[in-house]
This record gives sequence, structure tokens and C-alpha cells, in this order.
Amino acid sequence: MIRSSDRDIRWLPGFNWITLCFFLFLYLPLIILVVFSFNATRSATVWDGFSLQWYVKAFSNDDIQNAAKNSLIIAAVSTLFSTVFATMAAIALGRNREIKHKTAFGGLLLLPLMIPEIVTAVATLTFFTAINLSWGIGNIIIAHTVFCIPFAYLPIQARLRGVDASLETAARDLYSDRRTTLLLITLPLLAPGIFSGAMLAFIISLDDFIITMMVAEAGSTTLPIYIYGLVRTGVTPEVNAVSTVLLGISVIAVLVSQWFAKKQ
Amino acid sequence: MERLRHYTGVLPATFMIVVFMLAPLTIIFVYSFLTPGDYGGVKFEFSTEAYTQLLFQKNLFDEVEFDTSYLTIAFRSIWVATVAVVGSLALGFPAAYYIAQQPESRRNTLLLLITIPFWTNLLIRTYCWILVLRDTGLINNLLIGLGVTDEPIKMLYTEGAIALGLVYTYVPFMVLPIYAALERLDKRLIEASRDLYANRWTTLRHVTLPLASPGIVAGSILVFIPALGAFIAPDLLGGGKKLMLGSLVQLQFSAARDWPFGSALTMVIMSAVLICLLLFAVNQRRNEGGFQH
Repeated sequence: MIRSSDRDIRWLPGFNWITLCFFLFLYLPLIILVVFSFNATRSATVWDGFSLQWYVKAFSNDDIQNAAKNSLIIAAVSTLFSTVFATMAAIALGRNREIKHKTAFGGLLLLPLMIPEIVTAVATLTFFTAINLSWGIGNIIIAHTVFCIPFAYLPIQARLRGVDASLETAARDLYSDRRTTLLLITLPLLAPGIFSGAMLAFIISLDDFIITMMVAEAGSTTLPIYIYGLVRTGVTPEVNAVSTVLLGISVIAVLVSQWFAKKQ
Repeated sequence: MERLRHYTGVLPATFMIVVFMLAPLTIIFVYSFLTPGDYGGVKFEFSTEAYTQLLFQKNLFDEVEFDTSYLTIAFRSIWVATVAVVGSLALGFPAAYYIAQQPESRRNTLLLLITIPFWTNLLIRTYCWILVLRDTGLINNLLIGLGVTDEPIKMLYTEGAIALGLVYTYVPFMVLPIYAALERLDKRLIEASRDLYANRWTTLRHVTLPLASPGIVAGSILVFIPALGAFIAPDLLGGGKKLMLGSLVQLQFSAARDWPFGSALTMVIMSAVLICLLLFAVNQRRNEGGFQH
């Protein structure tokens, strides 16, 4: 028996149990989803043995393959654009002393984080309709690039703060021009932040549903939209299987992103 | 011209956000004062109909009368979002408090565990709860199996289910700012309080909670804003029958095809967001010059 006087002074009875409940609450539903994606029967609540049949079924489905292809193309292209733009902005705001109103620019870059998704969704839809823009998945790529910018920007900016500016000054002192300094000093030092940001942008794009749903035109279905269609018609094990794959991609991407962010 | 060259770096990102986010928001503002088109879209005739529609409805005899149906939806949204904030706080504060006491390596692992679900698909996370809550779901199967009840308890498609889904989705936003506030908290203040014969709970109420309050306010705002405009949880867990502001907006731009009204609703949500952000800024400023140790 631990006497109360031996405990950490901040200890409060019951808080450890609530924390345990908190983590169970956070993870149990996800675990249930994953477990029943391997169920041998259609049931999503009664376990009848292990099987991979729902994965086979899901991934031999043409519609799902098509949606997955769209999702990957959109995520890859939006990640590329948003990461390049975010890197340029982070370097400019972090290093260029001639730029005025840096707080305003910084705030503007984070704007997409502050606006509820449904607002962004209908605003983007209205805008595309008003300017008559109809580029199929191009529309979705534009919308995704915009809201991926802050997610790519934050880790890059954090990384740049940790990079000693005197390294760049030293390179300039040694007669390296701006371009060479950028390519050989700044970007390599910034690389972990850039990868970390790119990973986050990728999963944010891959997982987006509301904005994509409003902006998407007929024929440009993504995986989340397809899953939504299935969920509306009822619970099926195929949904569990596709969802598990998407969850797996997200978790791996977050872990990789974290790993890069911590890299010295 | 020479000066503008310095801005090339920030230009692409700024361009994307100004053109594809600020401009669309401005258009929504303008559309909220126009007349709905016949097949969606708008007619360029000025009208405040969209805003009066929020409170007044024309009856069969073309008389304008007070109508509470949209007000009910707005209050339901505020109510459900408030319940979500309170639920997140009840669950999130003890968790944040506990995590802040742990040794550093363990703290980082626990924080990572909190952020991982945030990065996974919102739709899928909400769908999980259908598996748990529906009539033939896990909880009901368990309760019937244990003989607690004979008939399934209706949990899915209720306001409670929506609030639960929102807590589940946004509780990390509550934990992280509270954790940040508690982590900075000086342990000696608690020791001092205990030395002065305050017990654990009195210390919590008079020392820890006031010092954690900036984190609590920040967390509450971060949960409230997305909960107010939520679409997925009301749609999947509320069955689309218990409308909330987010689903109502979505409806106006899809099936109902009343873009000006949808735009007016969007402006209502945006004003709520702006008020919250303003409160947030005031809260931040007050704490910057405040208590230091």
C-alpha cells in the first residue's frame, strides 16, 4: 500500500483511471473497426473467425480502385504544390529582412486552419461556379493545396527557427552566392522539416471529405466520398477493410512525420 | 519594383490563400444579399430575404410571421457544441493533468498517442461509433447478453450520439492546450499551497485551475468552433434528422439550392467564429502580462 504522503505532491485520486478511460475511449472504436475488417462473416459485431475476404472484395472493386487512384493523384499533387509554396514562404518570412508585415503574412498562411471546413467548402464551391472553373480533379487539387499550406508550413517554420542563421552567413562570407547557399546549406538543413510537413499535407489531403464532397464534380470520386456513400446505405465489412487501409496510411505517415520532425 | 522582388517567396502561398479562400469568402458575403436563382446559383438582385428568413417565414396568406424553426437549429447547434465542450473538458482535463506529471519520455509517447487519431480520417472515426452505438451494435449486444435489458436501447441518431461523436473528434484540441498550461506550472506553487494546509482538492480549485485557465479557455474555443459547424457527426450519428448549422448549410448548397440563404447561414457561422477568435485573443493578451514566476 502506497501511503498518500509518498506520492507525487500533484497526485489526485482517480485521475489516472480517467486517463486510462480517455485512451480507451480514443482507441477502442478504432480497434473494433480494424478487428471486424478481418471477420469471416458479414457481421460487424460478432466475431466468426479470421479472413481477408473483405480486403480482396474491396480491392477487386473497380469503383474503389478508381477512387483510390483519384485520391492518390490529388494528394500527391496537392502535397507537392503546398509543400513548395510553404517552403518558399517559410524561408522568405524567416530569413528576408526586407519583408514588412511579417505577422500579417504569417497569420494569412494559417487562415485555412481557423475557418470551419463547411465554410471553406461552400465558399470554394461558390467561387468555382462563379468563375466557371471546371477542371475535374484539378478543382479538387486547387482546394486541397490551399488548406494543406498551413499543415506543411508549421513544421517547416519550426525547423527553420532551429537552424542557425550564422551557418548561412558563413557560406555567404566564403563567397557562395545566394542560390548556392540556399541549395547547399539552407534546404539540406531544412529537409527534415520539409518532409515532415509534406507527410502531414499528404494525409490531410488524402483524408479530406467535406471540402472534396462539395467541390467534386461527377466522376471525380475520392476514397472518403466513396466510403461515405457506402456508410449511408448501411454498415458493410468492405467499409471496414477500406477504412483500415486508410487508417494505416495515416498512422504510418504521422509516425514518419514525427520522426523527421525530431531528427537532429 | 526592386522592393517587390523580396516578396517573391511569400507570393505563391499568399496568392493561393487570397484568391481561393479570401475571395470566395467575400463572394459568400455578397451572395448572402442576393436573390436565389431558379436552379441553384443566384440572381443579381439585392435582397435581405436570406437574413430575414432566419427568423421570419411567409405563411400561406403571404403574411410575414415569426418562425422559430431555424432558431431551433441554431440553438441545437450551440447546445450540442456546448455539451461537447463540457464533455471534452471533463475527460480532457484529468488526462492533461495526469500526462503533465509523467516523466518526459512517457509524456511524449502519451502526447503522440493523443495526436495520432487527430490525423486519421474524420469520417472513419465517426463511422466507428455507428458500429458501437447502433441497435445491433457492441454496447447493445453486450447489455442484452448480460441481461441488463431485453430490447436494444436507442443510442444512435440522438443528440447525445452527436455530442459523443464531437467529443471523440475534438477532445485532442482540449487536452493539448491544457497540457501546455499545466506543463509550465511551477510545482513549488502546489507545494506551497499544501504546506499552508490546503488539501489536494482545495489546491486544485484555488491554485491549479486558475493557472490552467488560459489552457482551458483556449481548448474550449478550439473544440467549440469546429463543433458548431460540424457536418459529419450530425449527419452520420444524428441520422441527418437532427439538423445542425453545418448540415443546414450543406443542404442549402445541395438539395435545397438556396445559395443566398446558405450564404447567410455561413455568415452566421463566421460571426460566431470571429467572436470566439476575439475572445481567444483577449484571453491571450490578458495572460501575457499576467502572472509570472
